[in-house]
Amino acid sequence: MQNHFELFGLAPAFAVEGEALERSYREIQSKVHPDRFAHAGDAERRASLQWTTRVNEAFQILKNPVTRAKHVLELHGVDVAFETNTAMPPEFLMQQMELRESLEDATAKKDSPRLDLLRKDLGKSRHSLQQQIAEAIDAKKDYAAAAGLVRKLQFLDRLDEEIDAAYETLD
Amino acid sequence: MALLQISEPGMSPEPHQARLAVGIDLGTTNSLVATVRSGVPAVLTDAHGRPLLPSIVRYFPDGRAEVGYAAQARQADDPKNTIVSVKRYMGRGLKDVAHIENAPYDFVDAPGMLQIRTVAGVKSPVEVSADILRLLRERAELSLQGNIFGAVITVPAYFDDAQRQATKDAGRIAGLNVLRLLNEPTAAAIAYGLENAAEGTYAVYDLGGGTFDISILKLSKGVFEVVATSGDSMLGGDDFDQRVFCWAVEQAKLPPLDPRDMRRLLVKAREAKEHLTVHGEAPITAKLSTGDIVDLSLDTETFCSITQTLVQKTLGPVRKALRDAGLRVEDVKGVVMVGGATHMPQIQRAVGEFFRRDPLNNLDPDKVVALGAAMQANVLAGNKPQGDDWLLLDVIPLSLGIETMGGLTEKIIPRNTTIPAGRAQEFTTFKDGQTGMSIHVVQGERELVSDCRSLARFELKGIPPMVAGAARIRVAFQVDADGLLSVSAKESTSGVEASVTVKPSYGLGDADIERMLRDSFEHAREDTHARALAEQRVDGQRLIEATRSALAADAKLLNAGERKAIDDAIASLEKLLSGTEHRAIKQAVEALNRATDEFAARRMNEGIKRALAGRKIGSL
Repeated sequence: MQNHFELFGLAPAFAVEGEALERSYREIQSKVHPDRFAHAGDAERRASLQWTTRVNEAFQILKNPVTRAKHVLELHGVDVAFETNTAMPPEFLMQQMELRESLEDATAKKDSPRLDLLRKDLGKSRHSLQQQIAEAIDAKKDYAAAAGLVRKLQFLDRLDEEIDAAYETLD
Repeated sequence: MALLQISEPGMSPEPHQARLAVGIDLGTTNSLVATVRSGVPAVLTDAHGRPLLPSIVRYFPDGRAEVGYAAQARQADDPKNTIVSVKRYMGRGLKDVAHIENAPYDFVDAPGMLQIRTVAGVKSPVEVSADILRLLRERAELSLQGNIFGAVITVPAYFDDAQRQATKDAGRIAGLNVLRLLNEPTAAAIAYGLENAAEGTYAVYDLGGGTFDISILKLSKGVFEVVATSGDSMLGGDDFDQRVFCWAVEQAKLPPLDPRDMRRLLVKAREAKEHLTVHGEAPITAKLSTGDIVDLSLDTETFCSITQTLVQKTLGPVRKALRDAGLRVEDVKGVVMVGGATHMPQIQRAVGEFFRRDPLNNLDPDKVVALGAAMQANVLAGNKPQGDDWLLLDVIPLSLGIETMGGLTEKIIPRNTTIPAGRAQEFTTFKDGQTGMSIHVVQGERELVSDCRSLARFELKGIPPMVAGAARIRVAFQVDADGLLSVSAKESTSGVEASVTVKPSYGLGDADIERMLRDSFEHAREDTHARALAEQRVDGQRLIEATRSALAADAKLLNAGERKAIDDAIASLEKLLSGTEHRAIKQAVEALNRATDEFAARRMNEGIKRALAGRKIGSL
């Protein structure tokens, strides 16, 4: 299994220092990016394309909290299993259903202030979940519990995408 | 056109001598070519000192093509053979083009991309664009007194794969070494950013003759990073002309017009629009072939009200780009205005109101894209030392995916992903014993395949018979730095592997391009063999030069045997360069490329190691 943290010279952890990751990403890109090899031979252009693609993918995975957490857990041998494990605590599901109903209602009424409010609340919930994930992975090393939290976070991310789609219907 | 000049092997120009590189803004209405001379970017003018080249091509019965002002002057006389705004048809089928009924051409519906029947034969939009590019190349060669090493051609950021591929093909047919397709707003951001030493988040609002782009970029020292882009590839200044045209027809109660009158009135509509940029009222007068006289006056207020929906239509993509970037209006430090249509006061006003700040107009919106492209071409040609150049991180504008059961789209690479990008996804068979799978590649945001643009279809055959759901078919997408996609598929459960690679070219195959190249040479009365030989020699020389400088820097990464293999490949290529066999040279170039494959990979790894080591030392 490829360790994406290694590529950027970072230790695998959920809490990453965004700036260090970004700096490292840009330093590598400035060495391998196709713009550096536009005048070079085919072999170098091919190698550059492969490297940049890999660096971009790894950066994408580490930048996004859900995919980063999933990656850290995989490095510890824990599969988050988004597809197969959909069991969620009932109160969480209840809350999700309410949020979605509220979203549908706001969309139907083209109520953009309410969408703003939903997004703001969602932002808070996501932030708090991320803190819990950091605690579970980095401090307690309770990977099974972390996997459950990551699944919840993915639920919230999907809702966020749905809010985006709702805004688009307003345009 | 002059043949490419090559110095004797061993007497090649000094490696540090600047290569001639140009940036080309291939616009809907006008095109420009620019270059960087002694560190200063400048637009190259024609013999009369004019910077713009109207993107208009007129074809004659003898096959000749006239491009630019001369063609523009006679457009109303010969509308069927005078092609304007051809960019709107790039990579497009007949059903994709709005207001096609108002275009006076004799269209031919061809698979993938429409074509136009002219007195000089049936022309693909790619060939028409190539005629424009060829003239710009000749202008640059004349002006710079030498052969062009390579060109950066700009495209609207919102251009999809088919439109990009068509543009790159046009460059190839025009005899250009296309170093990169660069997004127009990104080119503008480079020019603006470097000119003003800008840092922070900027928006580029680019309303051209036929396309609209909005890009949000983060500018910091030495890095231009596109965070999100959106737009409408069927919205531009032409649509404002169209509104004025329709208004005039209605006001003057005109009967259906013939192609000449239509063109005559459209030209008048456009003149009125331009007039209103600085005046409060514009006359629209024309004498039609029917004897009808049009004598109208359009005031600013009416103009604003008939075009208001178009102005509003640009703001939807602006909001979307901001949302995708996760930013609010107040996070944007400045809005750079690009494209001829942003001269219109109502556009300036609407953008100013939306962003709650005055738009930035300090660079000529007609030239800024070409200048930025020239600056990037200068970097790509290797004319700037590392450290003095910059890193450009761009994105794809539209999601890429494939069709799954029930006509649904499965997104594989989402929009606004930084390029180059690659991603693979596994699919499986639907029926027991299924041995083939049809893969349909699409681009767009909608859930239904029928609402997205179809890019390519291909078949994966030879899957060993298995029960439904047992096969593992890995479909891999690769988007390169031009934003162009290639797809491959592979079945890998039983050790049997089948793979196929497609390059969606939307209608134009390699054979078509070869033919167009041949046609254009025949027409220019050029010797195709001499041309091919000259091109292969340039390629060979370039590769030797690149390999030698790589060896000078990193020969320590090779053992004696590996070094010898590369040296031998250089020697045999060098020997062939003085001969006249272009095919042999091509083979030797390929051989040298193969010989340096591993070396290139090692150098890249080394580069990364050095980058990381540098970071650690830097942060101590």
